[in-house]
Amino acid sequence: MPISSHAFGAIEASVYAPEIFAQGLPAAPRQAHEEPRQLAAEDAAPLLSLEGIGLSFGGVIALAEVDLSVRPGEIRAIIGPNGAGKSSLINVISGVYRADRGHVRLNGARYAQVPTQRLARLGVARTFQNLALFKGLNVLDNVASGIAYRTRSNFAGQILGIGRSRREQADQRGRADQILEFLHLTGVRDRLAGTLPYGLQKRVELARALVAEPRLLLLDEPMAGMTAGEKSEMAAYVRAARDRFATTVVLIEHDVGVVMGLSDRIAVLDYGRKIADGTPDEIRNDQRVIDAYLGVASENEEGAGI
Amino acid sequence: MSAITTDLSATELSKGANLSSWLAPLIVVAFAYIVVPLIGGSYLFEAILLPFLALSLAGVGLNILTGYAGQVSLGSAAFMAAGAFAAYNFNLRVEGLPLVASIVLSGIVAAAIGIVFGLPSLRLRGFYLAVSTLAAQFFVQWALTKFSWFSNDSASGVIDAPKLCIAGFEFDGAVGRYLFALTVVVILTFLAYRLVSSQTGRNFIAIRDNEIAARIIGIPVLRTKLLAFAISSFIIGVAGVIWAFAYLRTVEPAGFDLDRSFQILFIIIIGGLASIRGAFLGAALIVVFPLALSRLGNFLLGDVFDSGVLDMSQRIVLGALIILFLILEPDGLVALWDRVRRRLLLAWQSS
Repeated sequence: MPISSHAFGAIEASVYAPEIFAQGLPAAPRQAHEEPRQLAAEDAAPLLSLEGIGLSFGGVIALAEVDLSVRPGEIRAIIGPNGAGKSSLINVISGVYRADRGHVRLNGARYAQVPTQRLARLGVARTFQNLALFKGLNVLDNVASGIAYRTRSNFAGQILGIGRSRREQADQRGRADQILEFLHLTGVRDRLAGTLPYGLQKRVELARALVAEPRLLLLDEPMAGMTAGEKSEMAAYVRAARDRFATTVVLIEHDVGVVMGLSDRIAVLDYGRKIADGTPDEIRNDQRVIDAYLGVASENEEGAGI
Repeated sequence: MSAITTDLSATELSKGANLSSWLAPLIVVAFAYIVVPLIGGSYLFEAILLPFLALSLAGVGLNILTGYAGQVSLGSAAFMAAGAFAAYNFNLRVEGLPLVASIVLSGIVAAAIGIVFGLPSLRLRGFYLAVSTLAAQFFVQWALTKFSWFSNDSASGVIDAPKLCIAGFEFDGAVGRYLFALTVVVILTFLAYRLVSSQTGRNFIAIRDNEIAARIIGIPVLRTKLLAFAISSFIIGVAGVIWAFAYLRTVEPAGFDLDRSFQILFIIIIGGLASIRGAFLGAALIVVFPLALSRLGNFLLGDVFDSGVLDMSQRIVLGALIILFLILEPDGLVALWDRVRRRLLLAWQSS
């Protein structure tokens, strides 16, 4: 498909994230802009696919024969009731857990356990359900640490400030600053991460993941514990991030309303099994999903989200 | 974006602090180099300043490992001993080796031992790691006592420090040794400060604060931990050289026992974890406090306050102090200091 999905994404973003477009995206030239066309060309091949993933803790089955495929450039949501195995799935994809059965296929390579230490180099970044910021570092350094894996100067060079260390530090901080601006975090740039309100910490974590310009972004409940306003703001940022960096997003979320508006395709887990997979409309009308998770319509209207 | 408010006064304050954060150490160092040698008597140097400098440096070293990288260690005295005995042997056995070279080499020896005993940190954490670093403490002390080669076959394992001579200039007497120790401490502290504000230092903090997240974003966790052990042990090893060569002049392995390790750990807890200044404040308290207590005891109780009572009361008061600090000021003397300074600054501005 030669019509670049990139351009399409920008139009979409203006619909879903009007406030961001109103403020104007910082128009920094980036190499990443070259990628979407390339990705669109190999649209047929999934960026990530899970094949028959099984995982159990002792006698408790967390995941059973879960298949999932994620196309480049899409926002893929995984929903399900508490304990359905959503976070386990993200942990399997990021290599924190080793699956008992099945494989993770990433960029065409097949892994029994994804090598966590090389995750960043494979172009995968993630956020955590419970905040996992470095409390002792300020916001800028937290975000810059997202590309610390590219550092090539050694500690001696850094202490003496010789060689490539100065250039590297300036470059990393510069990139971090761009991301902070993109996510409107510049105002808290120098604050210690641990002192920020919860919603902002979540956004800083998103920034830390985004600064590496990952091809695949895993978001483990990025909107958990947020107010409705913060949620829609976060949804807008996720979409804008996808559009700007051509990042593929896999996200877990409880709030069905937000998920329906945000994602391209949704997979539903229940008791470790995938019970449905499809577009938001298909999911909304799937009887099994309604039984397991959504409940009947009248209940859902009052309490937005479950 | 109403959630983000730029607190102008706060940023201005921190800018002022940036300027003064360089000015204040400069003034302190200049004072230490110029004024102190003029006014100090030999008691001040021998009993207070020399142990203070050695312990401060050891505190800086341990703070890099424990305060910044989050790896608890109870083996500091072992690394001090390794440094001291390595420097002694380099100086003794390598003809014509300059003192500076033997100090650097002894630091490297301590670093190598630090890496070996840091290996358990790749699997162990917290309390378990602390216990495994005890192995370093016992092993090094045992090896230095067992193999008399280390102390040049001296009967009691005691080593005597060589003359402190750098580039033909001899650091003689209490003042000379003080200036020698001061120079080493200033240089290493400056380098340590640069380290903790570099990317490597931030990697230390990242691993301390959240190891899994650090691993996922691609920080080389294993390598960084071992690096923390190496650098920390290097600094502590050099602190051991100062302890042996500049402060005591004659040392034996028994002087680097577990008590010393705990002392250094207390220094950074009382002074403030993850703070270079904290090591100095903590060391000052640890060194001055027993002397002050002994003076006070003698003044109040007279002859009843003999050395036995002094020793016991020291332990009691120190223990109570540590508990108080952990409860009331977990960030240590540094936090206390900063709070007082901010108050004074505000009071001064408003008046």
